[in-house]
Amino acid sequence: MKALNTLQKGHLRFFCALILLSQIVQAENFRVGLVLDKGGKDDKSFNSAAYLGATKAQKELGIDLKYVEASDTNAIENLHRSFAKKDFNLIIGIGFAQVDAVKKIAEQFPTKNFAIVDGEINAKNVKSLLFEEQEGSYLVGALAAMKSPSGKIGFIGGMDIPLIRRFAVGYEAGIKKIKLDAKLTTNFIGVSSEAWNNPAKAKELALSQYNSGVEVIFVAAGASGSGIFDAAEEKKKLAIGVDSNQNWIKPGFILTSMLKRVDIAVYDTIKEARDGHFAAGTNRFGLKSKGIDYAVDQYNEKLISAEQKSQLEKLKEQIISGKIVVPDYYKQNSKPTK
Amino acid sequence: MKAFFGFTLGLALCLGLTAFAGESPLHILMIIFKSAFGTTYDLGLTLFYATSLVFTGLSVCLAFHAGLFNIGAEGQLTVATLAAAATGLLFPNCPGVIAPLLACVAALAAGGIWGAIPGWLKAYRGSHEVVVTMMMNFIASGVTSYFVLNTFRSLDSQNPETKLIPTQFMFRDFDFVKLAFADSPANITLVIAILVAIGIWFLLRKTVFGFELKMTGKNEMASELSGISSKKIKVWAMALSGALAGMVALNEVMGSSGKFRMGFSADYGFVGIAVALLARNNPIGILLSAFLFAVLQKGAADLDMETQNITRDFAKVLQAVIIFSVVAVQYFDFKKFRSKFFSRSISSKKDREKI
Repeated sequence: MKALNTLQKGHLRFFCALILLSQIVQAENFRVGLVLDKGGKDDKSFNSAAYLGATKAQKELGIDLKYVEASDTNAIENLHRSFAKKDFNLIIGIGFAQVDAVKKIAEQFPTKNFAIVDGEINAKNVKSLLFEEQEGSYLVGALAAMKSPSGKIGFIGGMDIPLIRRFAVGYEAGIKKIKLDAKLTTNFIGVSSEAWNNPAKAKELALSQYNSGVEVIFVAAGASGSGIFDAAEEKKKLAIGVDSNQNWIKPGFILTSMLKRVDIAVYDTIKEARDGHFAAGTNRFGLKSKGIDYAVDQYNEKLISAEQKSQLEKLKEQIISGKIVVPDYYKQNSKPTK
Repeated sequence: MKAFFGFTLGLALCLGLTAFAGESPLHILMIIFKSAFGTTYDLGLTLFYATSLVFTGLSVCLAFHAGLFNIGAEGQLTVATLAAAATGLLFPNCPGVIAPLLACVAALAAGGIWGAIPGWLKAYRGSHEVVVTMMMNFIASGVTSYFVLNTFRSLDSQNPETKLIPTQFMFRDFDFVKLAFADSPANITLVIAILVAIGIWFLLRKTVFGFELKMTGKNEMASELSGISSKKIKVWAMALSGALAGMVALNEVMGSSGKFRMGFSADYGFVGIAVALLARNNPIGILLSAFLFAVLQKGAADLDMETQNITRDFAKVLQAVIIFSVVAVQYFDFKKFRSKFFSRSISSKKDREKI
């Protein structure tokens, strides 16, 4: 019993020291740890967006940023644990694959703050950042239908998981809104996490879709997307990018990009936490909060006519006001949104 | 000894490389050391990687002794891991004591069959085992992903993984390794791995089967003539090799995660080849070389974490440099080198062969 007491006292002292220490550090500099998914920071898509948001915070808010990329599944927990053990104030996990690790580490380090993108965790020190992907997919689907006289449209997803199905369902609804008789061809690159990083196979799928008459392909496949953009250039057809603004990659062949502003979500989370307003809970980003959008810039403005643009803006308003309810794969299948 | 020299050379080259990347080599060495031994969690995770690598290293080593090059360990362990998880999900009412045993048997059988197929094709049909095992890897990943996504899929998660197996299938109740390394995935399979390595050493050195296996590997014709059925031996060797790779399932499913997660393997099957090479196919040496590669695997993540310039990809380069130098040094003829540079008299080839 006595031993137990001293042990607890030791713990207490340790925690006090920890809290003191973290406050001293906070006064000096706010430290953020960013754990990227296997795709890595150069996937020009999902992870790139997260990295962009964090580096923006580093420049503008003067925080200390350290990013790492997971090398294998077991390493994810290891990385979160290393960040938590050091004096990092906020640790951000990017991607649903990190849900289990963040949950476990957040429980063991209750004094640290965590954030997770694309996953939902109910804990006092975790902020979950979720996106309404179907809303943006709906808009780019509508645009694809406008740009496709034949009504043959394609979708290429990375990994066959509920999250990507959610893109596909919203996309199809958008297409059907403009062209009821349109035909959507859907392909998935793979079923394992390799699918996020397999541009060669993505290109093969895209070429076969284009050859069968498809005019626009929407791709939601992380770093694999570059293969589809290559195919679009080769066949002089159109593709739609995802997550980051990818219009610049192949100007003239990328119709638009469905923006999933992971960068904004990450930046805002860091800013809130630095200012001492970190709030746990679930944040949903949609068209309304501009967390989801479609990209128009100098690379693709010639591809979209003023009329099409105004039509899109009208649809956007209707979604925001709730007049149009975009079907949600999660709700359709009543699968937990984890 | 040569292998050790190669490893040291590789490490030295790596540290030189890190100096170019603007990091102090001594600092890098410290990080790697700390990453492996820093805390019980660190050591636990390293040992967890090592356990899997011991099995795949032994798998490759056994096939090597039979003159076969098994690069299909990755496929064999994938199938076995799924088999173990599937057993747990299909027989949820299995009584506690035999449950883990049943899952082990399923894993070994699945890995064994996956290894025996290329073995049989090699022995009786002459198809080259390198090609066949490589193809079997693709089949394995396709088949397992089908089952994971369509039959055993966990609906609670976005990750492609199976549901959790019932708790009686886990090693937990009698797992003292797990208690020693809190929070880390290390488990009792570590002990099993050490015992299996000793067992394989015994098998190769002290048994008739081991003798026949090695003889088949050294000279197939001679072994046939002396009455060994080398075809059968080959099939058995590959089956055993597959079963050994399949034992990774014990570490992954029953020991730690309790489910089959697609893409769980950190290329254990392929790193296993390097592990076996480094140990020069000595089962006991494999214990050591597996640990070294585990340190590198674990260190990769920590180097990324602790340094400014060393990223995950750089750590992979370091691993590759070490593997290269180990292999290069093994093929390096020291005698030739010595006679060329250190002795004036140019001895004829015949003389050297006499030595």
